[in-house]
Amino acid sequence: MEQPLTQHIKKDGSVLSLKEYESTGGYQALKKALQSTPAEIMEIVKDSKLRGRGGAGFPTGMKWSFGPKDDGTPITKYLIANGDEMEPGTFKDRLLLEGSPHQLIEGMIISAYAFQANISYIFLRWAYHVAAERVTVALKEAYDAGYLGKNIAGSNYSLEMHLHTSVGRYMCGEETALLNALEGKRANPRNKPPFPQVSGLFGKPTIVNNVETLCNIPHIIAHGAEWYLGIRKSPGGGGTKLYGASGKVKTPGIWELPLGTPLREIIEVHAGGMMDGYKFRGVLPGGASTDFLTEEHLDVAMDFEEVTKAGSRMGTGTVIVLDDKTCPVGMCLNLEKFFAQESCGWCTPCREGLPWTAKILQGLEMGQGKMEDIDHLIYQTHYNAPGNTFCALAPGAMEPLQSALKYFREDFEKHIHDHRCGYKEHN
Amino acid sequence: MTDEKIISEKAIKEIEELFHDVPKKSAACIEALKIVQKHHRWVSDEALKELATMLDMTIHELDSIATFYNMIFRKPVGRHVILLCNSVSCWIMGYEEILHYLENKLSLKYGETTPDDRFTLLPIPCLGTCDHAPALIIDEELHRDLTIDKLDKILDAYQ
Repeated sequence: MEQPLTQHIKKDGSVLSLKEYESTGGYQALKKALQSTPAEIMEIVKDSKLRGRGGAGFPTGMKWSFGPKDDGTPITKYLIANGDEMEPGTFKDRLLLEGSPHQLIEGMIISAYAFQANISYIFLRWAYHVAAERVTVALKEAYDAGYLGKNIAGSNYSLEMHLHTSVGRYMCGEETALLNALEGKRANPRNKPPFPQVSGLFGKPTIVNNVETLCNIPHIIAHGAEWYLGIRKSPGGGGTKLYGASGKVKTPGIWELPLGTPLREIIEVHAGGMMDGYKFRGVLPGGASTDFLTEEHLDVAMDFEEVTKAGSRMGTGTVIVLDDKTCPVGMCLNLEKFFAQESCGWCTPCREGLPWTAKILQGLEMGQGKMEDIDHLIYQTHYNAPGNTFCALAPGAMEPLQSALKYFREDFEKHIHDHRCGYKEHN
Repeated sequence: MTDEKIISEKAIKEIEELFHDVPKKSAACIEALKIVQKHHRWVSDEALKELATMLDMTIHELDSIATFYNMIFRKPVGRHVILLCNSVSCWIMGYEEILHYLENKLSLKYGETTPDDRFTLLPIPCLGTCDHAPALIIDEELHRDLTIDKLDKILDAYQ
């Protein structure tokens, strides 16, 4: 099975050094890319139909192409790897950062070359200390080997690369908020347009891509767009995806599989099915800010289009499994408390609406809920929509809640009628 | 009123290094706050005031940034900070049991520090190790696949 991103990552958890990475063919793709023009590289990535792996799934080649046209004027341009992985239930970029930092660096250099960026950053979350140490070492190795700095691998192309470790806020994962954090400000999001490709970091053209997205780039360049598209398990697929599972399954973990692998295969084969004594009730397919899928959706292909058709989003592709002994109302409460806490506070619907939602859910969990509370919650899920809120945090927060109200409505009503959470006795 | 500086000479030197790589000093403020915290464990009002001056920022500008980020401490913390994840996968896998054990053993609630200054207990959102939930970080070390019987040994390593 093709596992280009993870096949060389060591099972014992130690890092691939530069020498080891080169011995698996590392940095050959970079040398090959430097012999093409930036426009040619952009075309290859467009042809591969690679879509962003950070959650939004935007076509990567298209994103790059929104930059200003090159008229020969030298300007500062940035490329940033978004390594602020903080979506609850998501742990895939950690594997790539800790296991093969040179793969990310190579992907970044090729991408920066295509966009003609001259400065790049790896924006890493605070909690990934091991990754920070390993990336620091890898950067030095790359500079010493001439893969970074002036005249990369003997070409005319030069690129600086820096590591920035964040100081902790979920909002930093949103690309425009990330730019504000890098500029030393509060990580509020920015209005779009202007898009970062035109006016980003310090007002200069900037591309922000997820770590996993960038790790695909060397392989697409090395083997071509056709090869990439050929790895798929559904018509909407192309390339591989790092899928993961957490919750009460027998073998939680991460697996690199063809894009479009069915949800059932992820849960029953790779995650080993439910732990003994537990039944499958539902799943958040792409991290906390996605809609629940239930048993009827187990045969859905985990690609961007099919999951959307099923009423959810593929998001990060790391699934959070809800079992039959865990309270869906309690799960929503935990999720909404998280979103309320992490709201940047900039816009009123999010800043006021999310704590209000969490308070209502708290009341329900404590057996003090009323039937009107369900109406209030439904109102919140309608109101906190794109167009009313400044960014996607609050709409994302509503996704698990709106789907829980749809699929687990009887649990909400039982909490109200019984004046308590019936699940507490189970555990 | 004392003339004695709060931010150490060593920290000041490290902060000044940051200025080479940024278009203006305020852009380095997050890195600078991290340096102050590395040397002094937390960012006091006095340290904030000194740092604002170094960065050509107002105290309120800098404080608005310091109080935005989870890992900048604007109150004193103990020698070791326990950050216990309370996000959804850790919740499903039983972090509340771990929390109750720590609360009882250390006589602490989230946000408090032990009287001997040894531990501060804080919540933290998703640590990105959900396949090994529940998990916590102490200082900069990750401890995962937590069960009650592992906790005493983990805590003993931090004096």
